[in-house]
Amino acid sequence: MRTGIKHRGLTMAKRNKLIGFALFSPFLIGFVVFYVAPFLLSVVYSFTKGVVEFTFVGFDNYTEVFESPAFQIAATNTFKFLLIGVPLIMVLSILLALVLHRAFRGVSWYRSIFLLPLVIPVASAVMAFQVFFAYSGVVNTWLQQIGLVPINWLDSDMAFSLLVGLYIWKNVGYNIILLLAGLNGIPDELYEVSRLEGATRFQTLRYVTLPLLMPTMFFVVIISIINSFKSFREAFLLSGTLPHTSIYLLQHFMNNNFENLNYQRLSVAAFLTFLVIISLVCVYFFARKKFFEYEM
Amino acid sequence: MKKKGRFAFYGKHGMLLICSVVILLPLVYTVCNSFMATSEINHYYAGINAQNGTTAFHLIPDMFSLDSYYKVFVGRPDYLMKFWISLFLTSAIVIGQLIISVLAGYALAKFALPFRNFFMFVIIALMMMPYQVTLVSNYIVLEKIGLLNTYWALVLPGIFSPFGVFLMRQILSTMPDAILEAAKLDGANQFQLIRKIIVPSCKSGIVSLVILSFIDYWNMVEQPLIYLDDPTRYPLSVFLAHFNSSNLGLSFTCGVLAMIPVLLLFWLFENDLTKGIAFSSLK
Repeated sequence: MRTGIKHRGLTMAKRNKLIGFALFSPFLIGFVVFYVAPFLLSVVYSFTKGVVEFTFVGFDNYTEVFESPAFQIAATNTFKFLLIGVPLIMVLSILLALVLHRAFRGVSWYRSIFLLPLVIPVASAVMAFQVFFAYSGVVNTWLQQIGLVPINWLDSDMAFSLLVGLYIWKNVGYNIILLLAGLNGIPDELYEVSRLEGATRFQTLRYVTLPLLMPTMFFVVIISIINSFKSFREAFLLSGTLPHTSIYLLQHFMNNNFENLNYQRLSVAAFLTFLVIISLVCVYFFARKKFFEYEM
Repeated sequence: MKKKGRFAFYGKHGMLLICSVVILLPLVYTVCNSFMATSEINHYYAGINAQNGTTAFHLIPDMFSLDSYYKVFVGRPDYLMKFWISLFLTSAIVIGQLIISVLAGYALAKFALPFRNFFMFVIIALMMMPYQVTLVSNYIVLEKIGLLNTYWALVLPGIFSPFGVFLMRQILSTMPDAILEAAKLDGANQFQLIRKIIVPSCKSGIVSLVILSFIDYWNMVEQPLIYLDDPTRYPLSVFLAHFNSSNLGLSFTCGVLAMIPVLLLFWLFENDLTKGIAFSSLK
């Protein structure tokens, strides 16, 4: 007696695997050609010198990049942006999500409004931004009217704060949606129990809502970090390829090295960025297994 | 007690109102200013490029005018051309991405592929990379296969989206296998399964992928700057970025023009978009 159902000479399981692979292969091919292979190539680049003939130089490029002031500024700014931007956006989006979680009149309006910057092309909003924050712009005119000194918004350290503001403006809606989904996942019974036991609203928040929201918050932190890497687009739209030093980011460093055909330096910076991100991902997976015991 | 409740009420609504105004102001300002005549714009923004000029906050047009719209649509065909280039490129990318992502997401969620978890890990890791990480090497690959300076250089890498596959996989893995098994027993082939079961059940994912990646590529700046030599072929997004305040009136109008397609999508599919975003959570 034969085991398994045969179909055109193949067992069901094998046939299934083949179908799955066939469905997956278009993506796999493109993914390898446009993501994996280029990435591996750039790792190789980071250890070589020369344009026509490549020679292996070990970690020379790495030490060179580490010692370059431009890289140091770029890396510092990128991390500073992360360390300031992410906590700010987290606090704000948790606060807003908690408020918007309850049903009240106009709540769906507010949810739409907060999501709007996500869909609006940044370039469209940047125009208004420039009118407001140009040296002779609207905000400085206001400042002068109340007797203050105008601030050079785009060409001083204030540019950094503006970029953080733009980042929050753009991404707070996405975070709110994720957090609202997390809040909806908390069972009503738990609130019921805490109410019956006479917990105050603060206690409920402290011992029920926030602990159960932890996995979502953790994920939102990761998403916010990713989005903070995407803020280059805003910085670029705001002030081009050579902005004020305070918003000169790693991506500016990479872009400018690309334009100067300095592929090796760029590859080093790219690989270092990759290492940082991949360790974040690993921390995420590890922590989730360890603390939340969720299955993906 | 009652006083405290009232305080919380005003605090909450005050905060929401302030946040909404801050969020909406740049958009409303752009839209309102696009309806001003060139003369009005020139009058109000005369000081903006001056060393020590002033600029008044000017929201409501003195006189409603379609002047700049007329100029964009009739006077400067290149603006409109950019719009169509952008629309064409973005649609091509989104459609391609959708097909590839649904198939691959289905494969990852419902088939026992070898190295399935490894693939997921790589996809998530690459999903998080900034574009710049693979910039050079992608440039070199595109050069090698002769696609540099063609629109293919923008479309092809865009089609293979790790995020799209990830999203579809997340959604489809919440779908019970029993539905697929039942359909198979009824004699449905893979093509029918995909069309009748898989696609309808990731509707919210499809809608949010369409919107999110439409936005992403509608706004693309890095790729055209690097993969295309000829500035006349740049899409609207790059063009907008290069605007200067010397032509403010038209800039506002083009900004509004750029908003229209995404706002339309948003208005039509907001609910599915929120559902889809919620699914993108890794939980």
